[in-house]
Amino acid sequence: MRKLIYLGPLVFFMTTAVYFALPIIKGKDPRILPSAMIEKNIPDLDLPPLLETKPGIDNQALIGEIQLVNFFSSWCGPCRTEHDFLMRIGKSNIVPIYGINYKDKQKAAKKWLLDLGDPYERIGRDVDGRTAIDWGVYGVPETYLIDKQGRIQYRHVGPLSESIFKEKISPVIKVLRKQTNG
Amino acid sequence: MIAELGHYALVLALLIALVQTTVPLYGAARNDFSLMGVAQPAATAQFIAIAIAFGALTHAYVTSDFSVINVAENSHSLKPLLYKISGVWGNHEGSMILWVLILALFGFAVAQFGVHLPPTLKARVLSVQASIGVAFLGFILLTSNPFLRLDPAPIDGRDLNPLLQDPGLAFHPPMLYLGYVGFSMAFSFAVAALIEGRVDPAWARWVRPWTLAAWVALTAGITLGSWWAYYELGWGGWWYWDPVENASFMPWLSGTALLHSAIVVEKRDALKSWTILLAILTFALSLMGTFLVRSGVLTSVHAFAVDPERGLYILAILVLFVGGALIMFALRAPSMKLGGLFQPISREGGLIMNNLLLSVATATVFIGTLYPLFLDATTGQKVSVGPPFFNATFVPVMIPLVLLMAIGPMLAWKRGDLSAAMSRLWFAVALSFAIGIFVFWLHSDEPLAPVIGFALAGWLAGGTLKEFADRIGLFRDQLSKSLSKARRLPRSAYGMTMAHLGLSIFICGAVADSAWRTEVVINAKEKDKTSVAGFEAQLENVDRLEGPNYHLERATVIIRKNGEYVTRVFPERRFYPVQQMPTTEAAIHTTLLADIYVSLGEGSKGQGWTLRLWYNPLIPWIWAGCLIMVVGGLISLSDRRLRIGAPFKQAHKKVQENGLLEDA
Repeated sequence: MRKLIYLGPLVFFMTTAVYFALPIIKGKDPRILPSAMIEKNIPDLDLPPLLETKPGIDNQALIGEIQLVNFFSSWCGPCRTEHDFLMRIGKSNIVPIYGINYKDKQKAAKKWLLDLGDPYERIGRDVDGRTAIDWGVYGVPETYLIDKQGRIQYRHVGPLSESIFKEKISPVIKVLRKQTNG
Repeated sequence: MIAELGHYALVLALLIALVQTTVPLYGAARNDFSLMGVAQPAATAQFIAIAIAFGALTHAYVTSDFSVINVAENSHSLKPLLYKISGVWGNHEGSMILWVLILALFGFAVAQFGVHLPPTLKARVLSVQASIGVAFLGFILLTSNPFLRLDPAPIDGRDLNPLLQDPGLAFHPPMLYLGYVGFSMAFSFAVAALIEGRVDPAWARWVRPWTLAAWVALTAGITLGSWWAYYELGWGGWWYWDPVENASFMPWLSGTALLHSAIVVEKRDALKSWTILLAILTFALSLMGTFLVRSGVLTSVHAFAVDPERGLYILAILVLFVGGALIMFALRAPSMKLGGLFQPISREGGLIMNNLLLSVATATVFIGTLYPLFLDATTGQKVSVGPPFFNATFVPVMIPLVLLMAIGPMLAWKRGDLSAAMSRLWFAVALSFAIGIFVFWLHSDEPLAPVIGFALAGWLAGGTLKEFADRIGLFRDQLSKSLSKARRLPRSAYGMTMAHLGLSIFICGAVADSAWRTEVVINAKEKDKTSVAGFEAQLENVDRLEGPNYHLERATVIIRKNGEYVTRVFPERRFYPVQQMPTTEAAIHTTLLADIYVSLGEGSKGQGWTLRLWYNPLIPWIWAGCLIMVVGGLISLSDRRLRIGAPFKQAHKKVQENGLLEDA
């Protein structure tokens, strides 16, 4: 019996090794975070506005147009890195962006938009993070592409950049536009 | 031509390593001295061959020979010389060459300095060490050859990741590898001992200096890495519990446990199978670090170019060596003779508690780091484990460890007197209370956590200083007598005192920074002002300049306190056109008590710039504490007994002497 204890480390190590091998054999890339929400309708939401000048966001607002939904917070560093790019999309009219301000102080969020510019069509406040949970948000910033029927078509985790937009999001938008036109 | 020479030298090294693995092992089994004698020259030749390969690759980098794929992908002709050299190990292939170079260096060092080692043990140690070399040289030649050519050669290279073009990071990998790979020596000694079926105090005496050397290098390597993350990433923090940071921290924790358990084997001939197991596991954790960084099974900011084939190969090496060693452990360890007996309350008992707590600490980091992997494999769910987990699990394990660190060294071997030790701890209690109350007085409106942290640091410093003072009879004997005692004290005693004090200083820095760090983010135009922690900062102006291989914006920020000029700092934001990547160069004004940390973000003259300012109290103490630990390790390493591996009899005498000193 006592001898069996000495086998413990070996058993433990081999089990760990199997777990190490699994993702490699399956060919998984841990950096890809698939969304369970793809092709599904957006969850119910009804968010109060952040600014007095722009309405908040509810389901109705997200249907009828291809658009991006961007979760952001003033306290999040990576959000700052993507902000310049969001400003450019906002100005260029490629696709409207709806902002969901995640777990933020209203004052801080307003100041952020005042300082850095406001790229959003509408902004809703997700004060307790409930909406983010419904959407399966992994961490801010995160951006979803919504089609005209209000279904999630693509999800990007982390800051957006020009190259990611061109490679990943732009092609999907083109396909969606074609489908609805044809 | 020179690249081909390097390639050839690498193949030669593999062949030599094969000979060094097999011949001495067979010789030791047959007790054939001439066959065992092959190990020493083979270890030397293997080291020289790998050094030639390393030199050839360095030559290709320095001369910007872009016909070598590896150079073309990771270097650029305009890069400063230091980063051309550090670029050698700034990529997967080159870093593996550095890895085997250090592996061979340790083998070479044992061959040269292990004069007093019993011949069979020496032959077996060098053979095991060479077998690791065979595995990794094979790995390099089959999957990661840095000497492959590119035809036609491009006009210029793709440059090194700009984040890595930094003096701190130039030396971080070599130090880290000295540590990681250094633990291979403890592993080789452990496996050799399992083959021999014998572990005795002499064995521990030979293992300790190698473990200590690896520990010192790993401590320095982790510190450099953390320092780099602090000033280069521009996030103001110094430790993020990132999977790759954790991968280097786990072998550090178990290596620290190993250092202490080897003392018990050496002085008391006990804890033998546990020490062997720790030696195997510490190297296993080092190999696991190498695997995690290169296989891409975990997400991290550090990941090298990810390649599943390489990942599988390293995993195979890991399974072969660690699995093999653990099988031998399961077979041989049960028959190892139990050593000296001791009471639970004794120096041995204290060191066992130390080992238990450090093992639990290693386990918490292990679970936190790998939980996302386990969960993904079993349920397909994606999670990330962040600082809150580690703060909630790791810190509570450290508190009893630090409490114990003051008591343990005061207990005698075999049977300690807890009440006597406690009565000597009045100084620790006093210092702990004094510092705790002082901190409470400074920040009485805040939560108690920093008060507890500082009280702990005071307890540890007090206990350590009192133990040292008692050892040399300070305040009890005449000063001259104390001084002469201090001179006769073994250097390892100084080493321990310094390392423990270093940890105490480190704790102060870590606690202060996590409790009282303040941060301000503003969007500033030229001449705008803001204040942080009583300092006033003004953005004077922002210049556009040209660096050797980058463009930059450099801000001039004036720091004032109560209207008085303090200093001027120059945070930069660089843009590297070849890699199309921006980096931040934070400006840090450091004093003994705090850092003022300024980082420049994106912006323009019209819109203003994002400016982030941090006031990081006591953060220099973190680096100072680590540095003191490293110096303590080095002093201990210079101890004559460790250097020459003094025979057992003398060791026995020392035990008695130490015992006498403590009884006195």
